[in-house]
Amino acid sequence: METTLAQHIVTDLPQVTWIGVLIKAILILAIISALAGFGTFIERKVLAFMQRRLGPMHVGPYGLLQIAADGIKLFTKEDIIPQNANKLIFMIAPVITAATAFIALAAVPVFPDFTIPSWIPLLGDTFVPSIASDLNIGILFVLGMMAAGLYGPLLAGMSQANKWGIIGAARTAIQFLSYEVVTGLSILAPIMLVGSLSFVDFNAYQAEGIGSWMIWQQPVAFVLFLIAGFAETNRTPFDLLEHEAEVVSGYATEYSGMRWGMFFIGEYANMITISVIAAIVFLGGYDAASSIGWLTIMLKIAFFFFLMLWVRAAWPHVRPDQLMWLCWKVLMPLAVVNILITALVMMA
Amino acid sequence: MYEMIAFYLFSVLTIGLFLVTVMSKNVLYAMTSLAAGMVLISGFFFILGADFLGVVQLIVYVGAIMALYSFAMMFFDATRDIKEKNTSNALVFLLGGLSALVLVLMFAAPIHSEAIQALYPMHEGAGNAQDVGIVLFTKYLVPFEVAAVMLLVAMIAGIILAGKKMDISLTEDISADDEILVVKDEK
Repeated sequence: METTLAQHIVTDLPQVTWIGVLIKAILILAIISALAGFGTFIERKVLAFMQRRLGPMHVGPYGLLQIAADGIKLFTKEDIIPQNANKLIFMIAPVITAATAFIALAAVPVFPDFTIPSWIPLLGDTFVPSIASDLNIGILFVLGMMAAGLYGPLLAGMSQANKWGIIGAARTAIQFLSYEVVTGLSILAPIMLVGSLSFVDFNAYQAEGIGSWMIWQQPVAFVLFLIAGFAETNRTPFDLLEHEAEVVSGYATEYSGMRWGMFFIGEYANMITISVIAAIVFLGGYDAASSIGWLTIMLKIAFFFFLMLWVRAAWPHVRPDQLMWLCWKVLMPLAVVNILITALVMMA
Repeated sequence: MYEMIAFYLFSVLTIGLFLVTVMSKNVLYAMTSLAAGMVLISGFFFILGADFLGVVQLIVYVGAIMALYSFAMMFFDATRDIKEKNTSNALVFLLGGLSALVLVLMFAAPIHSEAIQALYPMHEGAGNAQDVGIVLFTKYLVPFEVAAVMLLVAMIAGIILAGKKMDISLTEDISADDEILVVKDEK
């Protein structure tokens, strides 16, 4: 049943051309970068309302133009490179974070597919796919690319000849070595059930409405994946890398201007990627058959994004040793037990 | 055509990066180029259509080199060059010669390419992951299990080495508490 549906979807769609993929890549870059800027605004507003403040109010209606003001500030600020830093690595590090975040988005279905209307010159009738690069091992690729993204903070911290930076880099390493196991093991149980690593197959597996969503079959894996995802995107309660109260700004201490901004674009793009994975793997994804499928997945992604802000407003930070304790002594055994139970049920 | 361009691009970049790894005196350059080279090697797997192996290469080496970085962080000042001790020239000569010989053999191997046959060709319709799994759990089951046992041994050894004083917290200095109490008492 699953495979026939997936094949049906594949054969039903028009041919994907390189122009379509190029347009898709440009769309992802433009829209996600803009969303990252908008994300900072939403984050400040949501946090403000949860803490009974107003948040940004002065620039434009309800402070909406604050994004533009912040953007102008970031672009025009002087790009300072510390004297004793390893200059090349210092300059490359933010690019790694931003680039890997967008490369990860290449294998994720981000927006619905569409065909450019034929009255538009040059590009008319071009089919723009929903996934820029539909790998049949999509989930692994995305997780691997997001893992590579942590080289950004690591190299930034190590290259800047700053004690806070090196503490941030050390924390990056331990955070990566802690959560990585949990991410992989937690998502393994759903992969076993679906029998595929492709996002399209995951979507097809849950095509029969809310009752067939993976979250009902794998609630433990869902919670574990969310917790590991928070660690992966450096969100509170696991934002050890740039914990203001302890390490000034951690790996980002010496950064300013657009290089600093690139870290944030990468972080917000990663938040969106984790939201997309959670929505597709556990919450049914996009409903390919109905006409509002694109709307439901947008709502699911928005919900997970909001959840990250909500958790930030509600929970305190954890210490690095608490994170390691949590990941290795609680979450990893839970994930292994979950896999064992799933395997036993599947064998029976 | 595209594959040719991609192959030469990846080849030049990989060899260049690994050269930096060997030649550089700076830990940060060496480690970073090692990581980048490992990531680029996964590109070869993608060109060959072995997506699964490519991603495994990516995930495994990203994690492994991240662990190497943490050791580099503990042992070296990453922003300074390292003074290398010059070992005997004879050894360098011998190792360099051997590497050159291996390189020549590797480049010469395609001359004999008719003898190379795919023992386990891809199955039509089955994905990459399935094919790797089939070979791993039939033909190469014993090596696979032996590797697993080796990793288990390494893990247990690591736990025993590190676990001698597990009951004492390293982050909480209890003597510091005593000092604070002593100061209070004196007041």
